[in-house]
Amino acid sequence: MTRIAIILTILLAIAFPISMLAGRVWIDPESTPNASIILAELRLPRGLLAMTIGAGLGAAGASMQGYLRNPLADPGLFGIAPGAALGAVASFWLGYQASVWALPIMALLGGAGAMALLALIAGRTGGIALFTLAGLMIASLAGALTSLAISLAPNAFAMSEIVTWLMGALTDRSWRDVWLAAPLTLAGITVLAFAGRDLDALTLGDAAARSMGVDTKRLLWLLIIGIGLTVGSGVAVAGIIGFVGLIVPHLVRPFTDRRPSSLLLPSALAGALLVLVADSVVRVLPLVTELRLGIALSLIGAPFFLWLLLRMRRGELIG
Amino acid sequence: MSAQLAMQHGTLGERLTDANVALSPGQVTAICGPNGAGKSTLLSALAGLEHLDSGLAMLEGRALADLPPKERARRIGYLPQSGEVAWDIAVRSVVALGRLPHGGAADDVVNAAITELALDDLADRAISTLSGGERARALLARVFAGEPEWILADEPLAALDLAHQLSLLGSLKARAANGSGVVIVLHDLALAMNHADRVVVLDQGRIAADGVPADALSVDILRRVWNVDVRWLGQPGAQALVLA
Repeated sequence: MTRIAIILTILLAIAFPISMLAGRVWIDPESTPNASIILAELRLPRGLLAMTIGAGLGAAGASMQGYLRNPLADPGLFGIAPGAALGAVASFWLGYQASVWALPIMALLGGAGAMALLALIAGRTGGIALFTLAGLMIASLAGALTSLAISLAPNAFAMSEIVTWLMGALTDRSWRDVWLAAPLTLAGITVLAFAGRDLDALTLGDAAARSMGVDTKRLLWLLIIGIGLTVGSGVAVAGIIGFVGLIVPHLVRPFTDRRPSSLLLPSALAGALLVLVADSVVRVLPLVTELRLGIALSLIGAPFFLWLLLRMRRGELIG
Repeated sequence: MSAQLAMQHGTLGERLTDANVALSPGQVTAICGPNGAGKSTLLSALAGLEHLDSGLAMLEGRALADLPPKERARRIGYLPQSGEVAWDIAVRSVVALGRLPHGGAADDVVNAAITELALDDLADRAISTLSGGERARALLARVFAGEPEWILADEPLAALDLAHQLSLLGSLKARAANGSGVVIVLHDLALAMNHADRVVVLDQGRIAADGVPADALSVDILRRVWNVDVRWLGQPGAQALVLA
């Protein structure tokens, strides 16, 4: 374990118990009524879910940037998150009240469908340009279909439900969501870890990587499956949480030797920390209704993205 | 001693037509030709990186396409022309990437490659802080660190000043003298004439000449392939090309 990974683990160990107590109602375990129930049934699953989703998004972002050799790449750009969102929106249509599993499972199916489409279009050649363009096409198609579903919503209540859900949040999540997302995210991060060395080789370009024995098709499949599992399961339980995959690898990169493989674990840990802290902050903010986590992270993420672009324009950003 | 690297009837679109060449280790072979003649295509096909329309690239009599990619990577080191390093990693990390086909870093081999290319003082610097010549040395050290039997480099001397050209050539020639096969794409015909043991001249995807430099780069061949009237001046090993 590298030094940055150890530091991030310690920070998580500090932040997690604090986040358990933080909220509109700060919990004092001794005096707050029903403290143990609130902790066990609300805050604990919510905190674990925040870390799970953040870890998945962080690892997905790090590997996506490594694969595309572009520090501005974000896993949300490549169709899997919008595909999962489309699946979730479809479940509102089909009456998600029918089963508590309907929404997350439909979201996973949507993410898997986007993954399959991406693999079908880009998987045969393993080329990066085709992968990027196919991902953008899928993202825009899924976005259009999501808008269509919203515009055709059967009633105003359904429409408001869909729109609110799309904003991304961890409010009122339960253990069921943890059991759904955690194993899939863990599996996804494991798959991405297998891609680490190939991503390192890709640092020297496609031809050099192939000359070093990298099977570019296998690498593409590892990426699609790993990102599909991490991002798809995240969207399935929390809606769209943007920018984490973009921001986190940047924050971590200066503390590593900058090889994509050395970035994976620290990005997962930093993603977990960022979403955990952000979700605690939105709980504490004194607003009439809780600020949606997805909106909060986008409010931080968009200026950060602009700052990156400006640095890139000045030639300071070369990874 | 390393095995023979060969191309039999290699054809790939318009870029390569029925190319036949059998290269021996222990030599520096230069691939020369006008722009668009297919030099890079032949080199990367010899590295086993192209899907030929027909024909075979072979190492030790075995088709490269049948070798497991990792084994091929351990035996043939390839330096592409691009010189890309996507992330600003340290020189030592760049060189260590050469060990990937072997499954991981071997510090002594990485250090030896760093020393071989006189990078000791630069080893811990970020790659972006290096000059063009230093960067070219670092990228070649990555190939050396893989300890390949064959070193295939696409224009490794492009955009380097004379001192760096000669220093890099010296490293490649030393590897050849130790039994490795070295194949380089060269634009500078005088360097090919003076330093290569063998020259393969390509013209519009076809092999136009193949032999010792004095034959393959004769004024007749230069006139036919490059469409220029030139002559060689000076002694063997120190010749210069001038307009006739």
